[in-house]
Amino acid sequence: MAELKFIGGYPEYMRELIEKVNSTRAQRKDYTPPAMTPQQREEVLQVHPDFAPGGKRAISIGVNKGDIGPNEVIDLLEAYPLVTPKEIDISNVDYEVDLLIIGGGLAGTAAALWANNEGVATEKILLVNKLRHGDSNSIMAQGGTQAADRANDSPAIHFIDAMGGGHYTNKPDVLKGLVEDAPYIIHWLKEMGTIFDKEPNGDYVERWGGGTCRKRMHACADYTGLEELRVIIDEFRTRGIPVLEHNPVIELLTDGSKVTGVVLWNLETHQYKIVRAKATILATGGFGRLHIRGFPTTNHYGATYDGPVIAYRAGAKLLDTDTVQYHPTGAAYPQQIIGLLLTEKLRSMGAQPVNVDGEAFVFPLEPRDVEASAFIRECYVHDKGIVTPTGMRGVWLDTPMIELKNGPGSTAKAFPGMIRMYKRFDIDMIKDPVLVFPTLHYQNGGVETDPWGCTNLEGLWVAGEVSGGVHGKNRLMGNSTLDCLVYGRRSGMSAAKYLKNGAKFGKLSLDHVDRYVKMLKDAGIKPERKAPIILPEYRGKAVLARMIDL
Amino acid sequence: MEDKKDIMQIIADANKSVTTGIDSADIEHWVWIHIMGRAYQVPAGLTIMQAMEYAGYKFITSAGCRAGFCGACATMYRKEGEYKLQTAMACQTRVEDGMFLVQIPFAPAQEATYDITKEPYAASTLLEHYPEIARCVACNTCTKACPQDLEVMDYIQDALRGDYKKVAERSFDCIQCGLCAVRCPAEITQFNVGMLARRMYGRYGMTEPEYAKARLTELDQGKYDKEFKKLLAADVEELKKRYAAREREAD
Repeated sequence: MAELKFIGGYPEYMRELIEKVNSTRAQRKDYTPPAMTPQQREEVLQVHPDFAPGGKRAISIGVNKGDIGPNEVIDLLEAYPLVTPKEIDISNVDYEVDLLIIGGGLAGTAAALWANNEGVATEKILLVNKLRHGDSNSIMAQGGTQAADRANDSPAIHFIDAMGGGHYTNKPDVLKGLVEDAPYIIHWLKEMGTIFDKEPNGDYVERWGGGTCRKRMHACADYTGLEELRVIIDEFRTRGIPVLEHNPVIELLTDGSKVTGVVLWNLETHQYKIVRAKATILATGGFGRLHIRGFPTTNHYGATYDGPVIAYRAGAKLLDTDTVQYHPTGAAYPQQIIGLLLTEKLRSMGAQPVNVDGEAFVFPLEPRDVEASAFIRECYVHDKGIVTPTGMRGVWLDTPMIELKNGPGSTAKAFPGMIRMYKRFDIDMIKDPVLVFPTLHYQNGGVETDPWGCTNLEGLWVAGEVSGGVHGKNRLMGNSTLDCLVYGRRSGMSAAKYLKNGAKFGKLSLDHVDRYVKMLKDAGIKPERKAPIILPEYRGKAVLARMIDL
Repeated sequence: MEDKKDIMQIIADANKSVTTGIDSADIEHWVWIHIMGRAYQVPAGLTIMQAMEYAGYKFITSAGCRAGFCGACATMYRKEGEYKLQTAMACQTRVEDGMFLVQIPFAPAQEATYDITKEPYAASTLLEHYPEIARCVACNTCTKACPQDLEVMDYIQDALRGDYKKVAERSFDCIQCGLCAVRCPAEITQFNVGMLARRMYGRYGMTEPEYAKARLTELDQGKYDKEFKKLLAADVEELKKRYAAREREAD
């Protein structure tokens, strides 16, 4: 193949296709395809990766035996522990704390602050991280945080939006907690010093999210998660709450039923350590790095489903394991950024999905599963996608429409992060459209939670993406950062109450792991897979082929 | 039109290079890079992070979000034959032939202790917590080091004057990678100064809209309790009706 000639970041042939998008922009400015009817939604969802044939099977052992999930997830649930219980000495405890928090994204950090607010002394808390404190999906959240605070809106309307978006599978009492606490969470973040986008009159800038009927998205440019998280981490640090980084949890400890501690593993020195805790909050995030069905992902490096794997062995109940959220607008070009997130807020502000002929083919703000399916259908059923030099297909997201609809300078103000990312690859998204395709974004289900983050196991709480129930089978934009903050706070408060009521340290054992291994063997599962996987594998195939462990 | 199962396979195949690691059989163009002095031949067009992984490095530090938001992959490099020491985020920068690379996974940085609810919103607060900002020699090295292209030196000057709004605006896109602090000859921890200034501005320099406060009062008074009681009792058919009856507010 001859070397491609590039103009403004795009090869010549894509540049020609962009001309078609440019030529229809003026007429598309005042035309938006109508929103789909429930029947049309059903129909398009048939090409969604969750519904397309293949890719799934039933869990063969444990509490959720018989439930369906993606193969990549079931593979990890049906995997052997990294170390056999016999290899670990749990009689020497390295850390003894009242409250252990696993994971330092928005949920874990908020949990620590609120447990502390509710009387758990700083030195009685320990927050452990697989990578650095703050390495999380939270920090990458761009679009915003939903909160029904305007006069024409209400928590009840927010509830209905999320319920419909979740196909009526959300746990109603958990969803109620989410929407009711939302305005308070915005208030709390503001008091901590978070800078939300404001209108000239002092109102919050509040925008659309896909599937909402009110504008209630509060944002910090397109760095919403970064701003919210760095503020609460700064608060956490200035309070002096103890933290351990680069120490993933490889197993929970139980007294047979109650969760009583964890086994940590130092990523650098490979030494394991034992933590004994009266209460444990699991806030380990999601599973994008499992690349379900071979999709690229928006998720951070550590999003490998470790939390549910270890909790399931201890007997925690999972919920909605069968659904995966694919974000409609992942970058499809250039190759270096494939799968990275282009916030839904781009569409909230007018950027239109457009096919190879320059036509707007879908209402831009359907719920994410519907919108993503429409893109897949346009590319692979209607054959109206744009093919990249590496053979991917995608549709245009017509970003220049943002300036046309909101005036000059509006893109730079709202999307500094996005503009910067594309500029690094010589693309000017203010002048040219960008190419998008659905990307693996969010773990809808997880460890089943109740309205206070409690699980079916005593001593174990969950918060954020690792939990299941609040979003049902499909989450709306702006409800994930909110979920982390609401349920981080609630689980922290609930655990503090549990401690105040005289919770005691329990016996430490790995008996549940022994039991689980026996179930694996009884089910005829071979010991070739081990979990949690901790980090994904991206090393070159040539190196891996000649690598030896010494 | 393709079979639905085939669609999933085609998509998976097209994404293989980013989901499973790179197979050298697929590569046409190559460059040489030097990782901590060792030379490796890697596919052209990859990011520094992808190229290091191709070469066999499995990151346990220096990798976080892999999307330019977290600052974990701060990197310094010099190109063969050039005197300039450059900085980059490894996940957002393409490898170039002749790069000499090193990762900076951690910046030992001083961080002040304060209680944001008790700090005076006064011009001198930043200087009190970070007196070293007075040592700034205006060399602009921090600005040149910033992979986000922020005007770092300018916001340190704003901080000296106690101009919270300006610091907040200029430092807002900071990903706290620490490269400014590592390069600063005056040993200022710019990114921490920005953090304190933004929190002060967010808390004291900005107001909370009246409507947002009113909603908190309504919630305290239980204004929505009755409606939620109904919603929690509603069956799916009733919820579907409520969903279908929603009216979308004007754009």
